[in-house]
Amino acid sequence: MPATLPQIGLLKGLALTLKTMLKPATTAQYPHVKPALPPRSRGVIALMEENCTVCMLCARECPDWCIYIDSHKEVVPPKDEGARARTRNVLDRFAIDFALCMYCGICIEVCPFDALFWSPEFEYSTYSIRELTHEKEQLRAWMDTVPAPPELEVGAELPKEIADGLAAARKAAEQASAAVTAAADAAPAAAKEGAGPTATAVEEDIHVEVQIDQAVFDQLIAEGKTERVARAKAKAAYVRAEKARIRAERESGQ
Amino acid sequence: MTDTLLRPGSGMLPGGPGEGMLVEVRGEGELRTQDMNLNIGPQHPATHGVLRVVIDLDGEKIVRATPVIGYMHRGFEKLAEARDYRQIIALVNRHDWLSAFCNELGVALAVERMMELEVPDRAEWIRVLMAEWNRVLNHLMFVGSFGLELGAITPVFFAFREREDIQGLMESATGGRLHFTYTRVGGLKEDLPRGFLAASAKMTRNVRVRNSEYRDLLEGNEIFKARTRKVGILPPDVALDYGVSGPTLHATGIAEDARVTEPYCRYDKVNVHVPVGATGDSYDRFQILLARIDASLDIIDQVLDNIPPGPVNVKLPKIVKAPEGEIYVRTENPLGQGGYYLVSDGKKNPWRLKMRTPSFNNISAMSYLLKDQLLSDMIAILGSVFFVVGDVDR
Amino acid sequence: MTESLLALDNVWLALLLKVAAIVGFFLVAPLVIGYIEHKGLAHMQARLGPMEAAFHGIGQLPADGIKFIQKEDIIPANADKWVFSLAPGVALVPAMVILAVIPLGPGLWAEDLDTGVFFALAVSSVSVIGILMAAWSSASKYSLMGGIRAAAQLIAYELPLVLGAAAVVLQAGTMSLVGIVEAQNDFRILGVVPMWFVLPQALGFLLFFVASLAELSRPPFDMPIADSELIFGHMTEYTGLRYAFFMLAEYAGIVVLSALAVVLFLGGWYPLPGVGLPSFDVLFLPGEVVAALAGFAVTMGKIVALAFVMIWFRATFPRLREDQLQRISWLAFIPLAILNIVVVAVFKVVA
Ligand code: SF4
Ligand code: SF4
Repeated sequence: MPATLPQIGLLKGLALTLKTMLKPATTAQYPHVKPALPPRSRGVIALMEENCTVCMLCARECPDWCIYIDSHKEVVPPKDEGARARTRNVLDRFAIDFALCMYCGICIEVCPFDALFWSPEFEYSTYSIRELTHEKEQLRAWMDTVPAPPELEVGAELPKEIADGLAAARKAAEQASAAVTAAADAAPAAAKEGAGPTATAVEEDIHVEVQIDQAVFDQLIAEGKTERVARAKAKAAYVRAEKARIRAERESGQ
Repeated sequence: MTDTLLRPGSGMLPGGPGEGMLVEVRGEGELRTQDMNLNIGPQHPATHGVLRVVIDLDGEKIVRATPVIGYMHRGFEKLAEARDYRQIIALVNRHDWLSAFCNELGVALAVERMMELEVPDRAEWIRVLMAEWNRVLNHLMFVGSFGLELGAITPVFFAFREREDIQGLMESATGGRLHFTYTRVGGLKEDLPRGFLAASAKMTRNVRVRNSEYRDLLEGNEIFKARTRKVGILPPDVALDYGVSGPTLHATGIAEDARVTEPYCRYDKVNVHVPVGATGDSYDRFQILLARIDASLDIIDQVLDNIPPGPVNVKLPKIVKAPEGEIYVRTENPLGQGGYYLVSDGKKNPWRLKMRTPSFNNISAMSYLLKDQLLSDMIAILGSVFFVVGDVDR
Repeated sequence: MTESLLALDNVWLALLLKVAAIVGFFLVAPLVIGYIEHKGLAHMQARLGPMEAAFHGIGQLPADGIKFIQKEDIIPANADKWVFSLAPGVALVPAMVILAVIPLGPGLWAEDLDTGVFFALAVSSVSVIGILMAAWSSASKYSLMGGIRAAAQLIAYELPLVLGAAAVVLQAGTMSLVGIVEAQNDFRILGVVPMWFVLPQALGFLLFFVASLAELSRPPFDMPIADSELIFGHMTEYTGLRYAFFMLAEYAGIVVLSALAVVLFLGGWYPLPGVGLPSFDVLFLPGEVVAALAGFAVTMGKIVALAFVMIWFRATFPRLREDQLQRISWLAFIPLAILNIVVVAVFKVVA
């Protein structure tokens, strides 16, 4: 082929690049536009410290041994007079070295107490490799970024807890409908009966910004509880009270 | 006038790039020049990774080429002897980072066959689905990088555009973009998230359209043809001698594919099309790559039509132990045949896990292919004999 | 109108102004082309390109320049230090010198040489000496191979380039670049339809354009710097400011050869075939200056259009092989160019 004159193939390529140029770009301007990551994304590992029993399974199963756990035993005085004193593990240090971690997720999978979770958060690069070892406070803080797991694909077998729950609900519904047919003439009563599940459904809708109920918190601190426990309980108290208030409001509105 | 070339015994390959060259020095002696020794790599843009090729050059012609491997050796097989099977699955993701899912699948299959486990139907279908998406990802990467090595800078950006979409899809199911770690012995880590199958169906249509763009950009391009046709011809018998497999072997006209000849998972239930080439040159290899993307998309469509409901995992003891014995499992990885030879003494880690990786054999044929080629053609050959350096060295 | 606008009575002042104008244009125009390349390539590849440095990345190239200044200036231990240091300058200067004879608008030229075409083409091939110097002095095998390829390429493509230009000279009947532009304005097909030389010389234009791609080592003829084979050819060992000089030389080369193509084939500063420039007074500007500015804008527009085509090729085409390039040149382009001259000569004599 001495004379490679421009032929149709070359022109096709030119047309394609020109066409692409006239279309909007597909790239995103990263620091300005954050990517929308799916909930399963393996970004960073979060630790639900309250759940951890220091069983060491995660540290042992980690392929590159990048989880560091220190703990000590504490003797808990017996509740009742004469019972035996019990020992309990207290977590002193829980750290993951993300410079070593290979993001395999084995630790999360083996944890028998649901203390570890994946979060899609990924922006924790630093200038110093030492800062990549996240201590337990930081791992606890990641908990706030953990999303709810995605719904499973059609045809998937449901997880055991949900399947059990659904079976129970179905049973309850059957009983309820049985009650309806049995007391067909007592219509108002049946209506009230049916209102039960609906009300719970509504309750799930209620979303409350978590805050600390200061009064409860102060009271618990005064009772000598640790700050962590007090904070958690105060939060729970606040959410409970708030939900009750909203529910009452809705009902009065109906 | 004798037809002896400058250096006796260095006859050009018939049909090779030297054929019909304008200047051919004939006769003995007068113009004899010294060969130049050149190290391509270990850090060189064309060797994607840390492969080193030592070549002796006569002008621009390669007299001798020796691939030097081992710069990325990570002692993987030894490491596997000290890890349990779940950890091994996380590790095999990493030696060939472009075929992560297919690698973990091979290990899981080996363990399952030793344990005589019955893997749930749905899990097997999802495995086929994921393996094919992984294959598309892998081939897109090579389509892009091959163009880049020949100086066409656009295809690689287009390829990464598609890869990005597919990786996003894979991430929604597995949580990883490159290292999926989604297989488990006895099934999968968890089921797919809602909407995955619908998104897959949409993506196959997209990628098909985009695939035709690569055809416009490269396959039909006259310069591209001039650069790759009749370059790096690998005859079928030589390919078999070196144990070359995958698209590189298919380009020579041999349709050996483990998905067809020794089906695993549910490959026996789907229609697997294995495209083959005619001459085994670089252009054929590239065409096979594009055709394989289409073939994989067809398989994905079939999976989407057939995927049954059900569980994706079997109940296993806390610690998985393969019974005493040995097994060899063969899978068709994107780059060629992957082999997993597992010897177990009944403990929770293997006694020995030997892997046959396609890249290693593909690269072995390099000395043959590069001899008497031009330096520029070396790039066309390196780019079209598909290998990943991590997969060579392990 | 064959006088430069800057032909003042004071020779020294005129000289100073001319040099300042050339250097200014020489520093700015490549940046414009470079920016268009950044953005054009990016959009052809479904990207956005530079976006962060100032508005839509306009400040990217100046910022790059500052970065280059800050970089360590490395001279390899085995390099021939003097030659190594001088090479970027030798590659850079020819482009600047050619600018002296290229008319960018009516009255906008530094010197109207009688042998303008000859001068421009002769000087343009000097830059390859800079490349060879860099290649040889780097003491790197990759650089050396890049340099040898560059030299081979130049020899093969200088001929079609010169022959393409020669046909124009034949048709215009002058070697002065200003004269050629004006000859294009007077040219009529069959004595009626006004047209530039690009139509009667379509073949010549094509050859000239492709040959200038090869001369500039632009894709698809970028074998001398083929990054996947030879790392970066003769520039492999360069860092910092010296490397920046080479890059500047490349883009200045694009400007100069595009400008040459515009002047030779595309009617120079005339906006349309047979249409002149406005030359009335606007506010305090005399008509002459208005025409010069308008002409400059038209010329720049055409240069950018040609440069865009070069960028477009870069985005689309793979690279050829050195022996294929030689074959195309010697077996196709040079015979065609000679044929072109013969045809033009015959028409010239007959008409
Ligand atoms: S993700 Fe894997 S490597 Fe990282 S801490 Fe968990 S077990 Fe270890
Ligand atoms: S496995 Fe879970 S409970 Fe056990 S130490 Fe690790 S995080 Fe804590």
